[in-house]
Amino acid sequence: MNNSLTNTARLLWAGLRALAVLTVVTGILYPLAVTGVAQGLFPGKANGSEITSDGRVVGSSLIGQAYNLPLEKGQETPEPDLKWFQGRPRNGLGTNTANTRYKLILSGATNRSGDNADLIKWVKDAKAAVVEDNSTPDHEVKPSDVPADAVTSSGSGLDPHISPAYAGIQVHRIAERNGLSVAQVRRLVDEHTDGRILGFMGEPTVNVLELNIALKELVARS
Amino acid sequence: MSPVLAGVLQLLALIAALALAYRPLGDHMARVYSSDRHLRVEKWIYKGIGADPNTEMRRPAYLRGVLAFSAVSVLFLYLLQRIQGSLPGSLGFSSIDPDQAFNTAASFATNTNWQSYYGEQAMGHVVQTGGLAVQNFVSAAVGIAVAVALVRGFARSRTGELGNFWADLVRGTVRILLPLSVIAAIVLVACGVIQNFAGIHEVGQFTGGGQEWNGGAVASQEAIKEIGTNGGGYFNANSAHPFENPNAFSNLFEVFLLLLIPFALTRTFGRMVGSLRQGYAILATMATIWVGFICLMWWTEFAHHGPAFEIAGGAMEGKEARFGIGASSIFSISTTLTSTGAVDSFHSSNTGLGGGLNLLGMQLGEIAPGGTGSGLYGMLIMAVIAVFIAGLMVGRTPEYLGKKIGTREIKFAACYILITPTLVLVLTSLAMALPTPGDSMTNSGAHGFSEILYAYTSGANNNGSAFAGLNADTQWFNTTIGIAMLLGRFLPMVFVLALAGSLAEQKPVPATAGTLRTDKPLFAGLLVGAILIITGLTYFPALALGPLAEGLAS
Repeated sequence: MNNSLTNTARLLWAGLRALAVLTVVTGILYPLAVTGVAQGLFPGKANGSEITSDGRVVGSSLIGQAYNLPLEKGQETPEPDLKWFQGRPRNGLGTNTANTRYKLILSGATNRSGDNADLIKWVKDAKAAVVEDNSTPDHEVKPSDVPADAVTSSGSGLDPHISPAYAGIQVHRIAERNGLSVAQVRRLVDEHTDGRILGFMGEPTVNVLELNIALKELVARS
Repeated sequence: MSPVLAGVLQLLALIAALALAYRPLGDHMARVYSSDRHLRVEKWIYKGIGADPNTEMRRPAYLRGVLAFSAVSVLFLYLLQRIQGSLPGSLGFSSIDPDQAFNTAASFATNTNWQSYYGEQAMGHVVQTGGLAVQNFVSAAVGIAVAVALVRGFARSRTGELGNFWADLVRGTVRILLPLSVIAAIVLVACGVIQNFAGIHEVGQFTGGGQEWNGGAVASQEAIKEIGTNGGGYFNANSAHPFENPNAFSNLFEVFLLLLIPFALTRTFGRMVGSLRQGYAILATMATIWVGFICLMWWTEFAHHGPAFEIAGGAMEGKEARFGIGASSIFSISTTLTSTGAVDSFHSSNTGLGGGLNLLGMQLGEIAPGGTGSGLYGMLIMAVIAVFIAGLMVGRTPEYLGKKIGTREIKFAACYILITPTLVLVLTSLAMALPTPGDSMTNSGAHGFSEILYAYTSGANNNGSAFAGLNADTQWFNTTIGIAMLLGRFLPMVFVLALAGSLAEQKPVPATAGTLRTDKPLFAGLLVGAILIITGLTYFPALALGPLAEGLAS
């Protein structure tokens, strides 16, 4: 009995020493080495691909954000600022609950199934809103024109992209609200449409933040 | 180009990349585990451990090493989370509650990486990088070690010696996982994955105001998260988060990484048992199931049945625009057919049948190609079952790789395949029967049941992905899923090593004209059939109540 206890203790001691040594290698040396290389070779990317506009950091090209009007008194959910291109719905995003001194954004999806009543309502409402917001006196958006990404929340809730189709149906609205011609805005969208990587990876996308920065510059110029 | 064609091309590119890496990596791993030489850094590590890497261990000693190391890992990770609040470099995050700390410790030490916490608000730099990411390495190395021990059981005769656990653990980490991770991490940073030690900081926004982010060693963790088939995300959204998976190339690269070692191990196996063709038969079995599942997933996701998806005009809920349906389907099948559990789209919002494919993939035992090591040993157990079934048909004592599959061997194999279904079905029934666990469901009806079935399937099979509508941060789920992960990892290992020891003691039987050729397409077909039938019979009633009911209704 004593013997087997000592053996077990010796074995656990060996295990602990192994873990300690491997922690030094894989938990300290490895991440520090990678951080060194990353900060040396790709400092911009390693620190979050931040974008500046007018000398001010306005976000990360990788992280989607909301383009809303400021909250008015008594209002709980802000209204979208229709002057700007809008991104995808973000019903899965959370606010942090554990360390409330921070205002960290919690990435996440809605996790609703296809037959979930909430999701059906969100999609219906989003579709109606997209149709209404984007129809202008001289251009009517039909429900069948609205692509799926315009009415669904992404996996992260931080999707920085929309499909070219969703950008396309916003063109008339953007032109009207900013006093630009439809052709000007359409050209802007085309310039900011990225095809599939190497022609076949992923889907064609439009980066909403980059597009809005370009739009702001275009408005300032004209 | 249509999205379907783009999906097919991405799959072909992935297959081509895996095929290129297959021979060099498989042969490299065979050399690593057969070599007599120790690198200088390994000698230092052995000195630190106080172990002699040259002693051969028999089954009991090898198993004790696995269990002792894993027990210490669970304990250390538990304590690290419990004292996080007092550690420097923790971003000011508080300590984790006991039930959640237990769940997370069990999760990462078992290569599961089930997460009942939100990465960005719970775990600081020290726990993420010095605790969780370390387990990403070592739990993967333990899995490969056990698989290699089983392979040695087939390859060796009249000995019972299975190698040295400490040497296998250290070599797997130092010579395989670490170099691959360094390269992969740098590629990921080049794509845009972050790698810094910034604290919580505010970043400006376009329309004014700001958003708060924590930095972190994300790329270094992301690399081993995929290579070690771990899957625990730095952020809650896992590989859907743009800081973990910024573009369509990084997405395909991550899928490549998580399939790399599991597929290549079949070559290592073939090398070590002295017949590459035996390895190819196992590879063909794995690849057939994997490609088949991806095609089925495309079919159901592109068809997007389900009321909400039909109104939306596509199953884009929970999917990122930059990946689309084609690439998301490849990722979600690859992650559930391995023990990874990383996600680039949220499985709960897949179509009913799509979510069912994710569930079934895990229920196959994650063997096509499976986790690092666990995929190979799981598949070899199924191969033992398949030759046994074939032996029954013709009335001969079955043999596999020149070893007799006798009563003892088949008992070990049978115990192995009974463990996870028992855990999954018993715990799911308990959770459904008790009054409170059901309160954690977000969705109701068939999908609500699927959330719970998915949670235990994922836990017991050490996958880690979720139908994440389920609020799993309750004492009940933290505890029961924690137990499912531990039993689902280590009980099978007990039987794998028992089988390995028993095989290594045998003397080889010469092949005769009546021996079933296990290196032929016929056997790969038999194996695919055996896997599908055994899993199907076990889980069909449960699947009928959940994803099948949901999928057929829409």
